[in-house]
Amino acid sequence: MSQWEYAPAPESAEIANLKQRYRPFIGGEFVDGSGEPIRTVNPATGEVLAEVGTASESDVDNAVRSARRAYERTWRKLPGAERAKYVFRIARLIQERARELAVLETLDNGKPISQSRDADVPGAAAHFFYHAGWADKLEYAGLGPDPRPLGVAGQVIPWNFPLLMLAWKVAPALATGNTVVLKPAETTPLSALVFAEICLQAELPDGVVNIVPGGDDVGAAVVAHPDVGKVAFTGSTEVGKRIQRSLAGTGKRLTLELGGKAANVVFDDAPLDQAVEGIVNGIFYNQGHVCCAGSRLLVQESIAEELLDRLRARIETLRLGDPLDKNTDIGAINSAEQLARINELVAAGEAEGARRWSSPCPLPERGFFFPPTVFSEVEQSMRIAREEIFGPVLSVLTFRTPTEAVAKANNTRYGLSAGIWTEKGSRILWLAQRMRAGVVWANTFNRFDPAAPFGGYRESGFGREGGRIGLEAYLHV
Amino acid sequence: MATATLPAELAEATRDEQSLRRFLHGLPGVDHVGLEQRAASLATRSIKNTAKLWAIDAAIAMIDLTTLEGADTRGRVRALAAKARQPDPGYPDTPRVAAVCVYPDLVETATRALRGSGIEVASVATAFPSGRSGRDVKLAEVSLAVSCGATEVDMVIDRGAFLEGRYGAVFDEIVAVKAACGNARLKVILETGELGTYDNVRRASWLALLAGGDFVKTSTGKITPAATLPVTHVLLQAVRDFHEATGEQRGVKPAGGIRTTKEAIRYLVAVREVAGEGWLVPALFRFGASSLLNDLLLQRRTRLEGHYSSPDHLALD
Repeated sequence: MSQWEYAPAPESAEIANLKQRYRPFIGGEFVDGSGEPIRTVNPATGEVLAEVGTASESDVDNAVRSARRAYERTWRKLPGAERAKYVFRIARLIQERARELAVLETLDNGKPISQSRDADVPGAAAHFFYHAGWADKLEYAGLGPDPRPLGVAGQVIPWNFPLLMLAWKVAPALATGNTVVLKPAETTPLSALVFAEICLQAELPDGVVNIVPGGDDVGAAVVAHPDVGKVAFTGSTEVGKRIQRSLAGTGKRLTLELGGKAANVVFDDAPLDQAVEGIVNGIFYNQGHVCCAGSRLLVQESIAEELLDRLRARIETLRLGDPLDKNTDIGAINSAEQLARINELVAAGEAEGARRWSSPCPLPERGFFFPPTVFSEVEQSMRIAREEIFGPVLSVLTFRTPTEAVAKANNTRYGLSAGIWTEKGSRILWLAQRMRAGVVWANTFNRFDPAAPFGGYRESGFGREGGRIGLEAYLHV
Repeated sequence: MATATLPAELAEATRDEQSLRRFLHGLPGVDHVGLEQRAASLATRSIKNTAKLWAIDAAIAMIDLTTLEGADTRGRVRALAAKARQPDPGYPDTPRVAAVCVYPDLVETATRALRGSGIEVASVATAFPSGRSGRDVKLAEVSLAVSCGATEVDMVIDRGAFLEGRYGAVFDEIVAVKAACGNARLKVILETGELGTYDNVRRASWLALLAGGDFVKTSTGKITPAATLPVTHVLLQAVRDFHEATGEQRGVKPAGGIRTTKEAIRYLVAVREVAGEGWLVPALFRFGASSLLNDLLLQRRTRLEGHYSSPDHLALD
């Protein structure tokens, strides 16, 4: 009688209103792109969801031209309060279509519906609401008396939070008076194209937002276009470096939000049950496809064993499977390529002598899945301690003193985020000052708010998104 | 003040007032933001179909059907006992509740009314609900309840002593009550609404477990807030950790304010995912409630019949 299994609680895929074909959005209309069409796949089943037309270099040129035209003729001339109306309208439309967007995002990305429903979509709406509020108050943002927009923003976003990353990029750009050419990730273009429908619904002037799906070449064309005044990129460090190289000397403004290998530092006086939750949330949220994921757990040696026992017991309760099931905690890995990369790094971890433990949870027969995995006995010199895995794989290291914790936490080429778990307030402040990371969370992890700036140090990139300071990236000040 | 069965380190913790204090203050802290977040996110589990029917039946079987009013009469207790024996006459396969819980002077009536049913008789002894009386009086009350047939005793701890930091006094009192219980099971009411912090709730839970309490229980139901999901999480973590340390399984009883099936199921989800599936039995988890039963019965009928029925189809007691 005590074997209590939750019955399946699937959300209906119908709600996504999937269409067979999606097309690029340029100059206020959906057009046939002249690039090679791509097929976007449901990573939980391997089935093709839809065919998506892609942009070629000439389409990108058209998109930038129409963005430029919209910028010159209408958008930059609008008073801030008028721009705000459009941005508010977009925010409300995202809320109205929240359920559709959440299901679509889960189908295309593989993330659990509970996360797309409770975090991605509300988060996206919140970013538009927040930035809409700034549109008529830019002179009072403390960035100078007369901040002016930069022109056309070329934006390239990743596949881990397709709609949310779009919101992080598009909302501040529009609110500050810029127009946009955005390239969504090759494997997750759908929510961006539904967002284009929302722009139409909001009666946004033609050309203010343009969406150009495609692969790396399309992204490169957006970035390289001479009429783009500002480039914003979120994605891998490797591509980020390429972009920075290509933009050197062009005078274009650039922000990069790249990879990470965040340290989650747990002291022996930490609130253990909450630390376990925080570790789980830090690395297994969104299947670990999070640039600021707490992928390196640094535990004080005196509690390492106890903490790991509790952590494994907790991980065994994580439910992996159909992302559309409302009770799923861990969904699908976004693509076969990504799964292969995770497998490669996990094999490296085993070869290097770290001890692997994976949850015994059953894996679905179809689709791309990887069980939540913990490596203990990891040393700083191992690849799994240094390279970003971008999957549900945690590397556990230990430390003896706070100074050693700082040294190990900072011993990385990245610097996006960090976590501190201790009941001692003075230690939180001491450690936070010494962490070379853009965000330091204390007794929590992966908390976001549009008003809180986010961004990195070193190979995690530069520039901040969100908050008052995030506006600066889109303004001449 | 030590109890016999504890493993050495824990027995050491109960050696004297100072070791007890050191042990309780050495327990991992509770971060209230994180705790409440976790409780809220776990509460969004979607439970339906067969899982829901299972949960409804489990919850019914875990109820301590309770009446604790100054106006309680023998007639009222007999009515409650009848309800406990047969919660829904329309569906004789409906499980019986776990226990009927009354004041000590009504234990005799309850015992007689429930004879042969297998339903436990629980009684709130020890100067319930405030606990403000002398120890002799409290123990006498426990003896009264047990001698009249109570098989379970719900005691309240001395919150005043706990908040003053006199952990030894609280410990000793629980040990004494446990001894007075004889074979009756002891549920220790922490009155979490008066303890102020989750750290205190965790300490009080351990104190009760170390002293031999068979259950830790959140509330008397006379204080707001009574049972909450986060507080119940802390209790479940304590029995889980206690089991880890001793191999013994002790129970948890949230009481007060749980009125709907939906809420009850959220508690069951917490039991399953915090303590473990092994705790999903009436011997280890109880609901202290009165009005919850009828909502469970209504929902049970809804699942079986495919439509809602009127509350008037059920007995009011």
